[in-house]
Formats: sequence, C-alpha cells, structure tokens
Amino acid sequence: MGPRPHAGGRPSSLWAVPAISFFALFALFPMAVVVYLSFTKWSGIGAPVWSGTANWAKLTTDPQLSQSVRLSVLLTVVSWLLQTAICLPLGVYLAGHGRARALLAAVFFVPLLMSSAAIAILWAGLLDPNFGLASVLGPLVGVKDGNFIGDPQLAFWVIVTVVAWQFVPFHVLLYQGATRQIPVQLYEAARIDGAGRLRQFTSITLPQLRHTIITSSVLMLVGSLTYFDIVLILTGGGPGTATRILPLHMYLEGFRAFDMGYASVLAVLLLVVGTALSLVVTRVTGFNRMESQKEGL
Amino acid sequence: MTGTIGRRVASVAAVTVVGLTLAACGSSGPSATNSKAASGAGSVWVLTDASLNPVQQTSIDAFNKGATAKFTLSNYGNDPYKQKLQTAIGSPNQPDIFYNWGGGNLAQYVDAGQVADLTATLNANPGFRAKFIPSVLDVGKIHGKVYGLPMQGVQPVMMFANADVLKKAGIDTMAITWDGLLADVGKLKAAGVTPIALAGSQSWTELMWMEYLVDRIGGPEKFQAIVAGKAGAWSDPAVVGALTKVQDLVSAGAFGSNYSAVGYDNQGTQALIAGDKAGYELMGSWEVSSLNGSFPAFAKSAALEWGKFPTVAGGTGDPASLVGNPSNYYSVTQKSPNKAAAMKYLVDTLTSDTYAQGLMGIGQVPAITGLEKKVKTGTFAGFNAFTYALVGTAPSFTQSWDQALTAATSEKLLTNLQKIFLKEMTPRQFVAAMGS
Repeated sequence: MGPRPHAGGRPSSLWAVPAISFFALFALFPMAVVVYLSFTKWSGIGAPVWSGTANWAKLTTDPQLSQSVRLSVLLTVVSWLLQTAICLPLGVYLAGHGRARALLAAVFFVPLLMSSAAIAILWAGLLDPNFGLASVLGPLVGVKDGNFIGDPQLAFWVIVTVVAWQFVPFHVLLYQGATRQIPVQLYEAARIDGAGRLRQFTSITLPQLRHTIITSSVLMLVGSLTYFDIVLILTGGGPGTATRILPLHMYLEGFRAFDMGYASVLAVLLLVVGTALSLVVTRVTGFNRMESQKEGL
Repeated sequence: MTGTIGRRVASVAAVTVVGLTLAACGSSGPSATNSKAASGAGSVWVLTDASLNPVQQTSIDAFNKGATAKFTLSNYGNDPYKQKLQTAIGSPNQPDIFYNWGGGNLAQYVDAGQVADLTATLNANPGFRAKFIPSVLDVGKIHGKVYGLPMQGVQPVMMFANADVLKKAGIDTMAITWDGLLADVGKLKAAGVTPIALAGSQSWTELMWMEYLVDRIGGPEKFQAIVAGKAGAWSDPAVVGALTKVQDLVSAGAFGSNYSAVGYDNQGTQALIAGDKAGYELMGSWEVSSLNGSFPAFAKSAALEWGKFPTVAGGTGDPASLVGNPSNYYSVTQKSPNKAAAMKYLVDTLTSDTYAQGLMGIGQVPAITGLEKKVKTGTFAGFNAFTYALVGTAPSFTQSWDQALTAATSEKLLTNLQKIFLKEMTPRQFVAAMGS
C-alpha cells in the first residue's frame, strides 16, 4: 500500500518542520529577543536590565533619528527609481540575441560576483582624493580636489551610485530572464497588427513583466531600507553624519556606543517598516493574488 | 501501513535532529569551559599585530614549559575584538587574560565585577611594581586599585614632519609654538602642498588635535573633569578655546580641502607625508614603525622628523604634558579558573628582560624604568630614545579620550568632532550636543 494522499494531495505539514525550525531558530527567535532587548538596558556585559519604555522614549529625543530616517527614505526611493530606470531597459535589451549583447552581458555581471566588502574597498581606493581615480576624474566633473566621499553634499550620491553599481546586474538578470519568457506569438501577432517597436514594448513587454517589476521593486525597496555594509566601509556614516542611514545608526548605537537597548528599538523599527513596505507593495499591486499573465496562451 | 510508519519515523527523526541541534547550541559554552578547566589550559586574548604577536607567543611558550596551567594565545582584529570581548566577558567563554586599553574601557568591565583586582599581587611583589613608569601604570588603575598592567610600548602622540617639504617652503625647523605652526601653514600652502596631513574620515585622528589643545590651554584637569562627568566640564573655556583653534586651523586651509575623504587605515596620510605632498602630521608614536612598513625608504631617511606638540601662548597647561595611549594593558578575568597562574604569568613576564628586549626588538619603547641606554638600539634608536625621554619627563600622560570615556560618550564625541572639522557645528553647538 502506497503513501496515503492527504486532503488536497499535499504532503503532510510535518515535512515543513526542518524549514520552519530553521526559520524559527534563525529568524523568529532573534526577532523576539530584539523586541525583548528593546525594553532593557544592556551594554553587552552581564545580563540585560529591564528598563521599561525608556529606550522607546529615547526615540523622541535622539537628535540623529530624523536625519537617519530621511536619508534611509531618500536612499530607498532614489535607488528604486534609478535602478529600475537602468535595469528594465537594459534587461529587455540583453534578452535579445547577438554577440555584442552576450559580451556586454558577461562583462556587466562582474559586480554580482563580488562581495559587498570587496566592492566597498575597491571603491574606497578609486575614490581616494589624492591618489585614487577621483583625483584624476574629479577635476573633469567639477570636483577639483577629488573630494567625493568627504563632501557632505556629494557623499550620499556616491553611496547611491555604488549601491546601484552593485545591484543593477542582479536586477538586469531578473528582467532579462523574464523578457525571454514572454511568448513570441504575442510579438508575432502584434507585428501582423502593425504594432511598432515602441508599441510592442508598452503593450506586450511591460505588461508581461508586471510580476518581475513587482518582485524587483520589493527587493530594491526592502534592500535599500536595510542597506548597510557599503556605507559602513566607504564612509562610516560620515562625513559628520551625512550618510548615517538608519541601519548604520542602529549598528553604531549597538556596537560602537554599546547601547544594545536603543539599537534594538531601531531594529524593531526597521523590521516593522520593512515588513509593512513589502506587504503594501504586494497588496497594492495585486501581486498576492497570483493571477496568471498568460491566460489563453 | 509501512508508508505511514516510515513517514512518522522520518518526522520523528527530523524533530529529534532539530532538538539535538538546539540542545547542542545551548550547552556548547559551559562544556567548553569545563574541558578547559580540566585540562588546565587558559587563554590570552590580544589584538592581531604581526610584530607583537610573536613576542607574546614566545613569552607564553616560556611560561608554559614549567607550568601546570598552560596558556594559549588568540588574536583578533581591532573592531571585532572590542565586540567579541564585550559579549564574552562574564560568559563561560571568556578569556583568562585579556588585552585592553585601560581607563574607561577597562572601568566598564571592572564596574560589572568581571575583572580581578591585581593590587595585592603588586603589593606582594614591590620590585615588580617599581619597574613600571608610574604615569603609565596609573591608567591601569580604576577607583584607586590596579586592574590592568602595561603590556606593550608607550604610544604618546607627537608631531611628525617631512623636513624636505618644510625646507622647500622655507622652513628650517619644526614649529614649536602655535603661532609658529600657523605661520608654517601659510608658507606650506604657498608652496603648493597640504600643510598638515589629516585623516579626517577617521575622526580619532582629529581627536588628537582637540586633546592636545585642551591640555595646552587648560591642563590635564580639564579632561579629568570630563571623565568624572562633572557638570559644566564640556562647556569649560578651555574646550571651547581648543575647538575655536581647531576651526581657525581648518579655515587657514591647514588640512587642505579634501581631508575628510582621507583615511589613516589605508595609509592615506602616510602616502601624503612620505610622498612630499604634506608638511606635518600629528600622530601616535606607532607612526614610525607603521611608516617603516608602508614607506620604508622615507621612514629611514633624514627627511622624517618628530617633535613635541607646539606650545600655546596664554595656556596654563605644562608644555611637557603628553596625550596618547600610555600603553595597552593585560587584565585577568574575575571568574577565571586559572587566576593564580594568570597573575604569575604577568609577574614573571611583563618586566622581564626577555620581554622588554622583545618589545624593543620590534621598535617599541616599554613602559619600564631604567632603560635609557637600552632603548637606543635598532633602526630607530634616536626616535626610541626621544619617545622614552618624552614619557619619562612628562608631568602627565592623558589617555586618548575615546579610550578613557565610555563607549557611548566616545561615539558622540567622535561624530560631533567631525562636524567641528567640517564646520557644520560651532564650538558652542558642540558643547550643547555633548550635554553641557
């Protein structure tokens, strides 16, 4: 007698135990601990001491908070706009066939192979104002002293650029793959109907990429919101506090100032905002309804 | 039937595996300590340092030969070390002997009851105690008791210069007064070089300027008041005056215009001064051995000069006073199962000729008295003798503020000071931000 099928033909929920245990141990449990720590005073030495809502009250008096929130929101929005504007057309272009495109694609994916730390150190070398590429290229673009990461106005835009440089290849890959999935019949039919390239792009490619656009956007939005490593290595939040985004503020409060309680408050804040953002995006766009894009094909 | 049973077995097995993993995670700490105590092995935690680690290893090997409790050396990078130590102290995985910075850094562990009091050990060994330079040993004292013993060379902050660059700008000797320094800044600027190399992206290098200026203007008491958390300590005229002088220097173009993008860890300032692109640099005495690693030709040349921080007219501080890292310290953890052996290791090692010789062999100047002749050895004999004399005659040796203050205050101080150097903040706003 073979295995008895369960209702709906799905395997028993017991099979999910390893995955759920893993998720519980490494995601849910730490989250619960962070919520607990946000109500304690703890420097990392000894045991946390219960301090009620003192850390949460500090949110209202922290002079750095508003700037960090503003920078994080700005980084998220700008990164999303910039990266989508680059990735979507590039992905669609690279989905076509041809030797030049293949070569470009191969070169283009290099950043994807490197760790964030390596990328940050590489860029730090390039951006050294006295000995890096910045000292040569700076004067050509109006930055005479090559002071890109040391200028409070420019440093943020440098971060936006480097983050885009790192993540554009990944999202291009998403769009390239998704574009290649679009059935050719659609384009053939469109051409018979006399649709031009632009019309094909707006009426077939874009609607067919809908799910990919949403996936890519959620990854970009939540990713930028919790972005951290390149900023830490490249500017450390400086000059001054010009690039001290919220996740970095959390890190510095926790692991430089050793105020784990307040850092936990910031962590909870990021957790809630990040989750809410991804829920809102999937709901508003109807992504969660999982409708087919290829009905009738 | 067999299918159902098979599946149940598999599920039970999966649950058991997860359960065991969880249990293993929970108990790995204590079991490690138990086995450690049983085998009589202790651990010494230090920072990774390619030249110092072998000296430490040699001393541990020598101690282990005749001892029942044997020690092992573990080394870590600077930032990871601070984080690891912070969470390991008091846990079953803590080291027996740990490297620290003395002062406020050590005080937090002492206040948490995690550090062994070494006063009795010192009293029992008066000869050992007398060998340490008193101003350096003092930084290992917390609330009047000794918790840390100097374990490496003294590291006062001093002024370095590239004599070739100075000469080209028409400067014969390094400035010894503040006004002289300002005049040199003008000359160096006119000569088309950065007058003073500053790694502004790492604000501890900027802190050195503030430390010395406050000391020269108001004496070491001003910072002692800040450490003690006295009301109005930050708003003292000496602090405001020092910050004003810092901004004068910035306005005069002393650091060039792109200093806030320059780093120290990537040899940004060293490349400037060694490459004839900057005149002066304020840095710790480790700069010489560090330059010797990155720019050996310059480090060994006559172009590299050093001197005291300039005097400030009208200041009440003693111009012989120093700031910097008096030393780094070894402390013993309170709950160490090998406490007696750990203390014996410290007494046997730290002032021994072999250890002192080892330190001098790598260009360090030990915090030990009576070495006037011996420090004049090696490639940098002249520099070592200068450093030793500087420390020996200093009426006070103020510890780097970011080590002496609590982590939270240091973090705030370093961030706000960077804003002072960027002129995003006035001295008054700085004082307000530091909480009076």
